Amino acid sequence: MTHINRRTMLATGAAAMLLPAGASAMSASEAQALVTRLVADVNAVISSGKSESAMIADFAKILDRYADVHTIARACLGVDGRTATPAEMAAYTPAFANYIAAKYGRRFREFIGGEITVKDAKPVKSWIEVETTVMLRGRSPLRMDWHVSDRSGRVAFFNFIIEGINMLLTERAEVGAMLDRQRGDMTKLTAEMNAA
Amino acid sequence: MLKLPALAFVAACLSACSVAPAGETVHDPFEAHNREIHAFNKSFIEKIPRGNGDGPGLPPEIKNRIVGFADTVSLPGMVLNGIMQGDVEGVVTNGFRFLFNSTVGVLGMFDPATTMGLVEHETDFGETLAVWGIQEGAYLEVAFLGPTTERALAGRVVDAIIDPLKFVGHPKRLEYATIGSLAAGAVKLSDASDTIDSVLVDSADSYAMLRLLYLQNRRYELRTTLPEESFDPYEGIYGGQ
Repeated sequence: MTHINRRTMLATGAAAMLLPAGASAMSASEAQALVTRLVADVNAVISSGKSESAMIADFAKILDRYADVHTIARACLGVDGRTATPAEMAAYTPAFANYIAAKYGRRFREFIGGEITVKDAKPVKSWIEVETTVMLRGRSPLRMDWHVSDRSGRVAFFNFIIEGINMLLTERAEVGAMLDRQRGDMTKLTAEMNAA
Repeated sequence: MLKLPALAFVAACLSACSVAPAGETVHDPFEAHNREIHAFNKSFIEKIPRGNGDGPGLPPEIKNRIVGFADTVSLPGMVLNGIMQGDVEGVVTNGFRFLFNSTVGVLGMFDPATTMGLVEHETDFGETLAVWGIQEGAYLEVAFLGPTTERALAGRVVDAIIDPLKFVGHPKRLEYATIGSLAAGAVKLSDASDTIDSVLVDSADSYAMLRLLYLQNRRYELRTTLPEESFDPYEGIYGGQ
């Protein structure tokens, strides 16, 4: 009896160690469903023929709906995020969202005439990786992966990788360089991002 | 005549290919010098007149012909590298691409191979060296060529020497191939002008940004992406496991 209990306990303990907290709540198909809806919205924006500023506004809405902007913003601030005050973070986070929407919204122009299709979803490390393909006119297709998690309390993407270029890694470097240029001043960084 | 010094350079590079310290994704011991070259490249590229994507420029059909020709003349080299890497699928695909596009495709100006599902497996001797286990080496920025690594640069030199194109086709093929490749480079530069502006002009530190983008994309193409590049932002916020 004690033998079985011990084995059961060990097995339960091992399973608990393998499954990161919260990860069990979301399946690969849920993450894939999120990206499928996201991609449909993105495709609608690409084919809408709207002006650049309208496309940026649409992209800001998509970001708000599908991304965990809070986590992305904090991660891109790196170690500097630990010393920022709650008030500085509260001003920085929406400014960061504005900066990302403007920067990537502008790049949408390159996707005009193209289409994104969802390929596959699988667990990687502590999240779900959803693979999509960007089909562009007259060019080889691009691979775009979305990293999805529900650890914020809702299913949302926190990273995307285009042909190996990792948004979180890239923006962490860029935000770090912007903050250096502003001599570590969070208020000036926030103002610069709001003006993007 | 240029071959001996070039080979000596490659041998010196490979024996000296410096090894990155553990845990670092960017190995840049020559950063000060690289930054000087970057400033030069940046001012050079800003002086080139180029379309903004909306301008008249060349019609896309012409651009595709130019890029297609340059791709086709680079295929024999890619086939040779595929053989050295033991990449059977790549060799077959690129080999048939060359056969179709250099004949039915009128010297590569049309691309029937892609229509048939033969999508190019782009490769070079830098990748061959990676497959053979040679380390990436230090990051370098080279005048006019832009970002590279010790291994990729050595690969470019070898590719120029071993290019099997010199054994096939018309006597003037190498001259045409060089002109074609330069023209294709100009077309790709003008098509990428938005991307180039966003990296070189809009980045807070364009040197560091170009370095990071190049290394990530190069490692992806060589399937050598470092696992630590993909990180979990929730660790540290909600407490990692």
